[in-house]
Amino acid sequence: MSAVIDRPGPPLWLLLELTYRCPLHCAFCYNPTDFARTGPELGTHEWLRVLGEARALGAVQLGLSGGEPLARDDLEVIVAEAHRLGFYINLITSGVGLTEARIAALKAAGLDHIQLSFQDSSQKMNDFLSSTRTFELKSRVAALIKKYDYPMVLNVVLHRLNIDHVEEILQMADRLGAEYVELANTQYYGWAWHNREQLMPSRAQVERAYATTERFRERSGRPMQIYFVVPDYFERRPKPCMNGLGSIFLTVTPDGTALPCHAARMLPGLDFPNVRNASVEHVWFESLGFNHFRGDSWMKEPCRSCPEKARDFGGCRCQAYLMTGDAANADPVCDLSPHHHLVTEAVALADAPRAVETAVPGERVAGVERPTTERPAVVEKPLVFRSPANSARLFP
Amino acid sequence: MSPLDAASRPAVERRFRLQWEPAQSAHVLLYPEGMVKLNTSAGEILKRCDGRASVAEITADLEKSFETTGLGGEVMAFLAMAVEKHWVVIQP
Repeated sequence: MSAVIDRPGPPLWLLLELTYRCPLHCAFCYNPTDFARTGPELGTHEWLRVLGEARALGAVQLGLSGGEPLARDDLEVIVAEAHRLGFYINLITSGVGLTEARIAALKAAGLDHIQLSFQDSSQKMNDFLSSTRTFELKSRVAALIKKYDYPMVLNVVLHRLNIDHVEEILQMADRLGAEYVELANTQYYGWAWHNREQLMPSRAQVERAYATTERFRERSGRPMQIYFVVPDYFERRPKPCMNGLGSIFLTVTPDGTALPCHAARMLPGLDFPNVRNASVEHVWFESLGFNHFRGDSWMKEPCRSCPEKARDFGGCRCQAYLMTGDAANADPVCDLSPHHHLVTEAVALADAPRAVETAVPGERVAGVERPTTERPAVVEKPLVFRSPANSARLFP
Repeated sequence: MSPLDAASRPAVERRFRLQWEPAQSAHVLLYPEGMVKLNTSAGEILKRCDGRASVAEITADLEKSFETTGLGGEVMAFLAMAVEKHWVVIQP
């Protein structure tokens, strides 16, 4: 365990993943692929205790997520308590289950904001990517969000199969009256890691999407904030993931496991604490799992002597572990990492011609170059959609 | 949007929430998935932006509270920046 000299600041950002249950089956979900074998969900009173303890430490931004948080029928109770405690409450939802009765009840309980996910601008692709029929429903929910005067963040996870639709996605967001749009390129954890080869866009796709977004920003009349989250595989320096683990961010997963980032459960040997038998104060300040990657004494070269370590904290621990097998290595996104070739090879594979470039059965993906007559470097495998059945299949 | 002058009545934009956070010993502005931590003077100015008090009245109240004078320029400069960032709107 690394020595922590300064007492860390409070966990300003609290994310409660209330459930892994979800009506969607998105192939790019960051939830763990073994979610089907996790233990039972925390009860209402346990979530309320976590809220109170975290707020007392100084947590103020609250994300309610999952899975689909609306799958919990005590969501309104949780929101009401969070509001009473003074949290700013963000609901992160697919919109499935957000009836007018519930949206009104959540407003009365003090919910501040709703982030609604879309998988694409077209019904066919949205429904394919989420393995459901939900596009019309999401459009109706977007109208309800406006009717009940919530600020609306529209979130679309971008990848190979929808990134060429950025113009249409932004037009849809504008039409729906979103205040903010997040064009979040896929981060490769969980199900997205499993499907990385099929989801990774080519460099040309990323550059086109970025340019399209810039043009849209320049000519857009409405004050709609657009965030284009650049996919880190295409960068030469890693993201300052979570501002360093254990710095501001605390996640509690459905079974009560507390994590310093939503993907950290995969990191071996850290024995993350569970809020069923530990206070939030213990979790944040005392536990091995939260202290291990604080400071920089855990770092190896080239991070340890790198002048940029105070800016990016060595990047993402989960990405380092997934790609190199050692969570203390530099994030291989960094071109100073001896493992950087693992990233450039993955990107090169995305640029290579493919045997099959069909996403929706029987339909070509607009804007993607067709395979040439060269022998394909990649033979497309089917996407594995996030579902309890697939989870159980992967982890029998 | 009305221009900003001494008679303007600024208000915190309704999409932002201004709140005192004891753990940070600071006022913060909360908005969807984000937070701005305010320094002391920014917090003191913004908490007086209720849509009723004019900039002149806000300045006078600050000068009285902190037993000083000549804050007009600082208040106006901060409010111009806050309007630019959409934290504050000027009531017509």
